[in-house]
Amino acid sequence: MATREIAGTTVEVNDEGYLTNPDQWNEEIAKVIAREEGIGELTEGHWKVVKFLRDDFKEKGVMPTIRRVKNAGGIPTKDLYELFPEGPLKKSSKVAGLQKPASCI
Amino acid sequence: MMKRVLILGAGTAGTMMANHLARRLDRKDWSLTIVDQHKTHYYQPGFLFIPFGVYGEQDVIKSKREFIPDGVEYIEQKIELIEPDSNKVRLGDGTVLAYDILIVATGSKIFPEEIEGLKEDGWFKNVFDFYTIEGASALREALKDFKGGKLVVHLSEMPIKCPVAPLEFTFLADWFLHTQGIRNETELIYITPLSEAFTKHNCAVVLNYLLEEKRIHMETDFNVERVDETANRIIGYDGREIDYDLLVTIPTNMGDPVIARSGMGDDLNFIPTHKHNLQSKSHENVFVIGDATDLPSSKAGSVAHFQGDVLTENILNFISGNPLKDDFDGHANCFIESGFGKAFLIDFNYDIEPVEGTFPLPVIGPFSLLKETRVNHMGKLAFRWIYWNILLKGRPMPGIKTRMQTLGKRLPKIA
Repeated sequence: MATREIAGTTVEVNDEGYLTNPDQWNEEIAKVIAREEGIGELTEGHWKVVKFLRDDFKEKGVMPTIRRVKNAGGIPTKDLYELFPEGPLKKSSKVAGLQKPASCI
Repeated sequence: MMKRVLILGAGTAGTMMANHLARRLDRKDWSLTIVDQHKTHYYQPGFLFIPFGVYGEQDVIKSKREFIPDGVEYIEQKIELIEPDSNKVRLGDGTVLAYDILIVATGSKIFPEEIEGLKEDGWFKNVFDFYTIEGASALREALKDFKGGKLVVHLSEMPIKCPVAPLEFTFLADWFLHTQGIRNETELIYITPLSEAFTKHNCAVVLNYLLEEKRIHMETDFNVERVDETANRIIGYDGREIDYDLLVTIPTNMGDPVIARSGMGDDLNFIPTHKHNLQSKSHENVFVIGDATDLPSSKAGSVAHFQGDVLTENILNFISGNPLKDDFDGHANCFIESGFGKAFLIDFNYDIEPVEGTFPLPVIGPFSLLKETRVNHMGKLAFRWIYWNILLKGRPMPGIKTRMQTLGKRLPKIA
């Protein structure tokens, strides 16, 4: 398992840079990853997505889908695309310190 | 006092379970009931061939009742509500059925209304599905009149029933357009929300090559926002717009609305299910099989067949108080029609991707895995007979094991 230091914290990451332990995440880490992913400064809208992803994952134990972000998180898919362009769920999950969402079968 | 196993849904999975359990349950103590509101059993893999005139409606239709064995109570009624906390199911006519063990096999179907603008003016005019008998038949008429232009095949959202079907449709369309002499006048476009042609990378590489060879343009990572049926245009969330003359779409697939009404499903009405033993995650006497589950396995008849073997054993284990067996490995086995009388065959499970080799027998085959051959195509056509005569009746498939076999496969060395 690779580790890297982000915002002064050492975290475990996979080969694509996703955190493998969500408990090692903090908001400073999210800001750094967001910059690396070309998202820039995180706004209130971004934090709402990140918070929902983390809360839902913690509660359900599975990665939420875009549909779930819309239905349970109340975040319209259009907004999700505007906040995290080019692969909204992949990028938002990375910022949220969660695993890469699995593609379905 | 007789106890009851209640099966909801007499589709592929439910019918197989009725046949398995009719033979295996101790009938002194157990009665078996199956409920479905529809009369007709469709051979759904055959829908793929209807738009091209290879199969007609008569080739895919039989009566559901024909496949339910003697000694099984068959009730033709709508399922109104499942009440798993009190072990009861309410039917459309007000009947309440009590059960000791419930098997949910209510399947999945398409919901075109989930996509904004899809079920509007163009629906069944120049926009079609082929996942229903109505869609497949209407599309056949549209293809007869098609004079060339932009033919767009579109996959809305995963998961879908038979994940290879949209690609098969595209390959067959390429072949069909050739036979009509209009392939050069047609731009064939395949739109997918995935990042490549298929969910399994090994298979996607082969399919990507085939798409290129057949001059089929693929748009990946495309998540549909809406369809504009006035402008004949499909619009993605990222702003991409693709025009079409004829749109063949696979709309969102969801579990049956009764699952939502009963509060048993996820956001797509699929039931959270233990992936290796098929017990529901919420109630220990509720089991789920086939497309109704939320399992990360393919939604396909072959998968339901393999699950049926495991579930039968586990129902018997549950009745006798033995631990459930974690025997379902995600095994799927699919023919992929590639046009011009050829097909691929893939065999995979939760952990092992499709690889090259022979099937079902090592070296001998006769089918070739992950290779395009005529024999595979014959297998695909022969499968219809096997479906009606062996699969639905819950009989063993000669040479084909429930768990995926690795003999005869060229597996990558594990580092």
